[in-house]
Amino acid sequence: METERGNPPVISGKVRNAVTDWFVRQTSEEELEESFEDYRKYQMRKWLFIAACIIVTAVVAAYAVTVGAYDLSISEVYAIIWDHITGNIHDADMDYIVITLRSPRIAVAIIAGMGLAVAGVVMQSTLLNPLADPYTTGISSGASFGATLAMILGFTLAHGPYAIVVNAFVFSLIPMFTILGVARLKQASPTTMIMAGIAVMYIFNACTTVMMLWADPNDMDAVYEWQVGSVSKNKWDAIPIMLVVTVVGIIVMQLLSRKLNVLSTGDDSARSLGLNVHQMRTLNLLVVSFMTAAIVSFTGMIGFVGLVAPHISRLFIGPDNRFLIPASAVLGAALLVCADLLGRTVIYPSVLPVGVIMSFLGGPIFLWLMLRKKSRIWS
Amino acid sequence: MEIEFQDVDFGYGHGKTILHGINLKLNRPGLVCIIGPNGVGKSTLVKCMNRLLKPSSGRVLLDGKDLGEYTSVEIAKAIGYVPPSTNDVFSMPVIDAILIGRHNHSKWRTSKKDLDLVQKAMRILDIEDLAMQGYNELSAGQHQRVTLARGLVQETDIMILDEPTANLDVKHQIYVAQFLRELADQGQKLIIMICHDLNIAARYSTEVIAMAPPGVIYRKGTPEEVFSEDLVRDIYGIECSIVEFEGKPNILLKSEFTD
Repeated sequence: METERGNPPVISGKVRNAVTDWFVRQTSEEELEESFEDYRKYQMRKWLFIAACIIVTAVVAAYAVTVGAYDLSISEVYAIIWDHITGNIHDADMDYIVITLRSPRIAVAIIAGMGLAVAGVVMQSTLLNPLADPYTTGISSGASFGATLAMILGFTLAHGPYAIVVNAFVFSLIPMFTILGVARLKQASPTTMIMAGIAVMYIFNACTTVMMLWADPNDMDAVYEWQVGSVSKNKWDAIPIMLVVTVVGIIVMQLLSRKLNVLSTGDDSARSLGLNVHQMRTLNLLVVSFMTAAIVSFTGMIGFVGLVAPHISRLFIGPDNRFLIPASAVLGAALLVCADLLGRTVIYPSVLPVGVIMSFLGGPIFLWLMLRKKSRIWS
Repeated sequence: MEIEFQDVDFGYGHGKTILHGINLKLNRPGLVCIIGPNGVGKSTLVKCMNRLLKPSSGRVLLDGKDLGEYTSVEIAKAIGYVPPSTNDVFSMPVIDAILIGRHNHSKWRTSKKDLDLVQKAMRILDIEDLAMQGYNELSAGQHQRVTLARGLVQETDIMILDEPTANLDVKHQIYVAQFLRELADQGQKLIIMICHDLNIAARYSTEVIAMAPPGVIYRKGTPEEVFSEDLVRDIYGIECSIVEFEGKPNILLKSEFTD
């Protein structure tokens, strides 16, 4: 009877039932409720991690304000902050110490930690490479080149107090446009894009090194300080730009987080699910490079947050970007605030730059977690 | 559901042409197996079906309309694609890896319906126990079934699978092939799969497309029509004899090559 379509094949009862099950069987309301509840619990654990990081950041930040050269008790510090907020300043000197000297660096550490960590997550998922971060994509080297140009050769694109920042910002965007240009011309794979980033990084680093060889020793100090990265040199007026760019960037990426999950399954798979892979990749990289540029132009190069915060978060909550973006953001903030606090206290009264402490702190934690956790997060 | 190729050529850039003058019409539910030697353009052919690749000349039509007139999401809702098995760079738990397949149907939050489909898919493919395991920790066979589940939950009328039975042991090869045939029959779906195992193709497909160098369709029809000793000799360059087993052609390969 099936001559036109060939003989029917022999199909086992097991398979037949499984397929019937797929098409016909309705899951009972109870069963559904139960599995949904399980899944919600599983997601709740991820929120718990995020909440824990927020608490750590808040506690450490609250403590960090009380630490400094001038001995003030915790209650005094918060009385001063309260007075400042309510506009009822009793002691102008104390107000200056707490509000103008101590608080900005904590705010900068929080913003930079959030922004750099999210930049790391997005670059890793976008370029399908666990090593992608603001360094390997050349953004930091570009910024460093721009700043060095201003400090050593006095070549600036803008005048005034923000000349170095503007230079750093503009030059930090060059590597990303190079990467996107290469991708456009060659239909490049994510790996090629990272390679392009690394190539640009080396070119900029070489240029920076050449300038440093010529430099006046006094300028060298400034360059050196810029290159290790610090949260201490900025005052409140630097914060609005950083804050706005970072917050907007994080919100955009959070809104795209589901698509980022699709993108991270690979190009063919993502495209077959209807994602415009090229457009998405371009958008992601633009958003995170603006965000990184806005941060590193003010703080200098703070390394490692962009790698360590996303990967530690992955070890705890897995690679789902819907959760990973907020989790890395708050973990990055917590790490940088802790690193800055340690940098200020560990060999007091000397201060270690936050970037150095970040590596001392982040490196061992990361290695320890890698050894302790059994699951293979990276292929 | 109808996929039609009209005089399709395909070449990568200025390199050599891979597909030559493909004319093809698939418009009936069933399991269609594409066979042919390595590098003959099987993957290229299926990638032209959902616009992962665009033909250099000729047209591909979906339900009578040029593929170029559809948005990517429209194509994704009509045609599911299961790529050859690969590891993801970041290993998600199996349940989330399958949920990705619901991308075009779900909102930011995971809905009950999404979760229900994913659990059903895991149950019928016998991977329920793996729900919380990392995607990259699985064996090749489990891995393949997870990818298949991801394709299944897309609930498309047309499914394309690039070697879904590669890497599987014999039992799972047979299971997956029977499963796809039954899925096509019961669900009235058009399922197109690339397959290197001639006997799987001969036993379970509704239709076989045999491709041959330099990238042409050599023959198309029911397994009974397509498989012959001549065909295997012509496209693979190897001798065989064909016997009947369970009412279907069974290909026994010999040791002799023909040049």
